[in-house]
Amino acid sequence: MNVVNRPIAAFVRSLAVVVFAQAVIGSAPLQAADEVQEISILYLEQQRVRPPVLSNLIEWPEDEGEQGAALGIADNNTTGKFLKQNYTLEKIIVNEDTDVVAAAKEALQGQRLVVTNMPAEKLNALRALPEADDDLFFNAGSALTELRDSGCYYNVLHTLPSRAMLTDALMQFLNKRKWNSVFLLTGNRPGDELYASNLKRSANKYRVDIDHEKQWLADADMRRNAAAEIPLLTQARKYDVVVVADEDDDFGAYVLYNTWLPRPVAGTAGVEPVAWSPVVEQWGALQLQSRFNELSGRGMTSIDYAAWAAVRAVGEAVTRVKDDSPSAVREYLFSDKFSLAAFKGAKLTFRPWNGQLRQPVPLVHPQSVVALAPIEGFLHQTTELDTLGLDAPESNCNKMETQ
Amino acid sequence: MNLKLSVVTAALLAGGSQCVLADWVYISNERDDTVSVIDTETLEVVKTLEVGERPRGVTLSRDFKYLFICASDSDTVQMLDLATDKIIHELPSGEDPEQFALHPDNRHLYIANEDDAIATVVDIETRTVVAQIDVGVEPEGMAVSNNGKWAIVTSETSNMAHWIDTETQQITDNILVDQRPRDALFNADDTELWVSAEIGGTVAVIDSDSRSIKHTINFEIPGISADRIQPVGIELTSDGKHAFIALGPANHVAVVDRKTYEPIKYILVGRRVWHTAMDPEEKLLFTTNGVSGDVTVVDVKNLKPIKSIKVGRFPWGAAVLPAEYIPD
Repeated sequence: MNVVNRPIAAFVRSLAVVVFAQAVIGSAPLQAADEVQEISILYLEQQRVRPPVLSNLIEWPEDEGEQGAALGIADNNTTGKFLKQNYTLEKIIVNEDTDVVAAAKEALQGQRLVVTNMPAEKLNALRALPEADDDLFFNAGSALTELRDSGCYYNVLHTLPSRAMLTDALMQFLNKRKWNSVFLLTGNRPGDELYASNLKRSANKYRVDIDHEKQWLADADMRRNAAAEIPLLTQARKYDVVVVADEDDDFGAYVLYNTWLPRPVAGTAGVEPVAWSPVVEQWGALQLQSRFNELSGRGMTSIDYAAWAAVRAVGEAVTRVKDDSPSAVREYLFSDKFSLAAFKGAKLTFRPWNGQLRQPVPLVHPQSVVALAPIEGFLHQTTELDTLGLDAPESNCNKMETQ
Repeated sequence: MNLKLSVVTAALLAGGSQCVLADWVYISNERDDTVSVIDTETLEVVKTLEVGERPRGVTLSRDFKYLFICASDSDTVQMLDLATDKIIHELPSGEDPEQFALHPDNRHLYIANEDDAIATVVDIETRTVVAQIDVGVEPEGMAVSNNGKWAIVTSETSNMAHWIDTETQQITDNILVDQRPRDALFNADDTELWVSAEIGGTVAVIDSDSRSIKHTINFEIPGISADRIQPVGIELTSDGKHAFIALGPANHVAVVDRKTYEPIKYILVGRRVWHTAMDPEEKLLFTTNGVSGDVTVVDVKNLKPIKSIKVGRFPWGAAVLPAEYIPD
């Protein structure tokens, strides 16, 4: 069994949509005045491989991203009913053993608005399909900085912050707190290396020193041995903070309170830079959190937030331009008329040079928000939000011009 | 004992007689579950009243006998009897009421239920729900026209001002405004509706007849990032000259010339200013400063701040009780 059940239902639904659409077109002259504009958004997900972690307590939600998109659709429809617009989500979700590119190929025919939750290499393969040329993609699943750099593409926008944005946010915070000497502890998985290299880039940018660096050795059971192992691993004469690069949360949680020197922990454990977290409550966020909880029965994650923001951005564009073609949506999203209110205290817009959604980055621990980056004092000539991630001169993206 | 009591009474009477012209300003404190009462003569807090959870919007009945309080987390609108300072009724407001507006008939309260995307209309005499109206996502601002014909709800995530016909309780028009509309207010002759957009950073002036935006007001304060200019509360002077717009985390109140629709001055107030209210003579403007936990008093003639008054945590709403209605 390669494909989870939902895609079949989605396929059937997409057939139904096609039939319905034809029916509407057929009778259009008769009922033009009352016609409801149907807007279909495609949600494509390749479920990720979650390798085993030390803790038995960590559970990743299986419907991460999907529920965020669903909430975006619900929000769009509450608005849409006053404007005779109806939004639907067509979902294709495949498990880690199935090729999402093959599964989605047919659905990408025609002009589609697509929210993706998949690794960068799958997204790249997908947008390279001839069927994808006239589609508009919103990347809600990959934080790979490269996708906003030389790997960018004109019809791929990013609502999830890049790793560079997250690590810039963290380094601004460390700089502000004058925790200028870092002990970096990096895990052994591919994402960890990327996180660490972004940390180094950001540390350089915000003048924080990585004075010590160690690789995690995954051969001890930290549930029993953290108090014995971590102090030895973090032994050094001086550092202000331990920064952990452990994206799967394999060992990070065991570092807290076990470091050789009594120091705070940040990165993927401790104080963590995120797109979103259930602890964000300012700027009206409580309302988004409670709507999401009611819908999904769990807290809202960064990927949920990115999928929600993508669907809302589409909604905002279609509401204003009354046209749901990918080219019209794209044009509006890059115009100075577009902004998205998204519960982080600032209006969100897209960076024209690489398609990244500008956004504040909360620094959180499991109970509350510690700070919101951009941190006060880090200035920028255009918007302080551009102190996070690849600014125009830093990005090597040159494929954003419409082809 | 008797002697002591009479001394106290005498002091109260003396104090009372000095303050004949003073009005009272009721300020809701969102994170303290209290309402602070400020005397406009002494500019001091005269009393603090305990109310329901997370009080936000406050408004007075047209006969000035009662204060209505949106107790958001208690899911109710409370009715405070000003003569006794007691909550005498909890109205069936629907869930999470945030703001409301009282119809000129002094009977129908229009309440925005933020979590449920509905507006609830409550008859305050029978204390029953008259209507519930489906509106956009996160309804927030509420206004009723002075002629009583129209109620307005703004929905923060749908970015709309919905026009509700108060006869039929049906929506007739939906006007798109900028991102995250917060407050709405009609001018005295109902020809204009003003709507603030917190994240859009603008105020839309909507022509009531054509239901279209005739002006969009932008704000710019030297030295303050545009992202921080987030308009919320609107107050209009009755002489038609000025509008006061609370700019949230920009920590300023903008003064707008109502002829040109241009901001002419920015008044520095406390941190994260939410709403404002004026005394009946329109000499003083009171601003609720959420983060700094105080109220700034602005001299309306000179457009200058004159005092800060410490109130409870996260002051949010404000309503002014004219001197002649202050209970004995």
